[in-house]
Amino acid sequence: MIRLEINGLPVSVEEGSTILEAAKFLGFPIPTLCHMEGLSPYGACRLCVVEIGEGDRAKLVSSCTYPAEEGLKVRTASSRVLRARRMVLELLLATCPQSKVIQDLAAQHAIRQQRFKQEHEDCIQCGLCVRMCEEQMMAKAIGFRGRGEDRSIGTPFDIKSDECRTCGGCMYVCPACQLRCTYNEPDKAICGGCANIAVPCVEKDPFDDMMCFMDPCVACEIQKD
Amino acid sequence: MNPSEQVILRDVKSIVERHSGEHCDLIAILSDVQTKYRYLPEKALRMVAKETNRSFVDVYGVATFYKHFSLKPRGEHLASVCIGTACHVRGAPSVTAEFERQLGVSDGETTPDKQFTLKTVNCLGACAMGPIVVVDGHHFSGVKADDTDDIIEKAKNGFDQVNIGSDRRIFPIGVRCLSCNHSLMDSDLPIDGFPSVKLTISFENKHGWIRLSSLYGSYSYESEFPIPEDEIVNFFCPHCHTEIIGAMNCPECSAPMVPMSVGGGGIVQICSRVSCQGHILDLSSNPV
Ligand code: FES
Ligand code: FES
Repeated sequence: MIRLEINGLPVSVEEGSTILEAAKFLGFPIPTLCHMEGLSPYGACRLCVVEIGEGDRAKLVSSCTYPAEEGLKVRTASSRVLRARRMVLELLLATCPQSKVIQDLAAQHAIRQQRFKQEHEDCIQCGLCVRMCEEQMMAKAIGFRGRGEDRSIGTPFDIKSDECRTCGGCMYVCPACQLRCTYNEPDKAICGGCANIAVPCVEKDPFDDMMCFMDPCVACEIQKD
Repeated sequence: MNPSEQVILRDVKSIVERHSGEHCDLIAILSDVQTKYRYLPEKALRMVAKETNRSFVDVYGVATFYKHFSLKPRGEHLASVCIGTACHVRGAPSVTAEFERQLGVSDGETTPDKQFTLKTVNCLGACAMGPIVVVDGHHFSGVKADDTDDIIEKAKNGFDQVNIGSDRRIFPIGVRCLSCNHSLMDSDLPIDGFPSVKLTISFENKHGWIRLSSLYGSYSYESEFPIPEDEIVNFFCPHCHTEIIGAMNCPECSAPMVPMSVGGGGIVQICSRVSCQGHILDLSSNPV
């Protein structure tokens, strides 16, 4: 067992647990976005930052990937942590302003303004879908491609993948995908985003043998008419 | 010319076989495939994935991660124009524009005749001498827009050109490295009266140069260390230091063959066993 202190409270957790798990055990909330039980930790969104160490050596780490260490002193809601978290959220909101998940998180953190240029990306590269596809669906149909600015997620060459069984797992976990808020649980669709924003592929050329995970698809039906 | 599926399958198989199939070999394998086709064809990527038991998307991820790899066919000559900050203030934009105008393609594209690929890069580490242009491993410094036609002309004719005498039974050939496209000709130390082909070799912990006669059909060579008869040596490009090794084995003694590209198109392959005279000259295949 490893003993550490979270917000001044001692806790002992099993070796190999992360700070996030330890904090959960004590009931301290840490917001997460790219973390999901059953998938390997990835540390992409940085929303789960916490502060560890003391004095000059204090630093921010992502709690979902940082292993609990003996004698570690963790603060999950210091002013530095809150500031960093709000900044992360503001940036995420600028990337994907239409995402219900991010909107909700931003609201919870009382973010009332958004100072960065809105990008309206449809991906925040949290890698949830990639891990879902590989680790739970054992398919490995999608993955990261390119790097830096050009990094994107999808199938090789954007063509229909032989491995994909159109299980929809990737869409189910996607925090940015607008289709999500009505596809799985229509009664929970409260944001109305999908009613306001056109289905993304309607205005594009037909997908043909491009990879598309929607089956049946509203956009295709609209296009046919 | 698109290589057929069987050909790719055969090539990829032999390349993968050479790298024992360990996990870390992927980059080396892709690099070899690219040397062979000058780009990474989709079919080849699929086969690499299959042969090495990786998922296609992993292989694709690596292939798109590194700038070294290209998924689009590349031309015979690769012109890289530096547009890093230092080169930019020294006038790289006008050089780039001139290259684009003269070749009629924009950044990352290949001319329709598959001669040139134009690429912009971000700093080649020689900022003080900018603007820098690299063509087939030859560096040009302080390039101005007027210099471009000269550079293109030189590249077309091949750097360090050997004059090929007309209709003689024995003729000298000028060869280049398949990987970096740098000329392998060395006029400092002629053999048989013609510039020799300079390569680096290694065998038995020894590492040194070897110079081969460029006369097709002549087997004269000089080397830094005496090479024991029957020894199979590893050949390297003295410029980019990549190992030169082909997918084929010698038809006579089954040692690996060493391919080099011949100026004017084609591939010459020589046997890596010193005493063996196996060689293949294929002027039709291009790329390999
Ligand atoms: S949840 Fe920890 S970095 Fe995203
Ligand atoms: S900027 Fe061109 S070499 Fe550094």
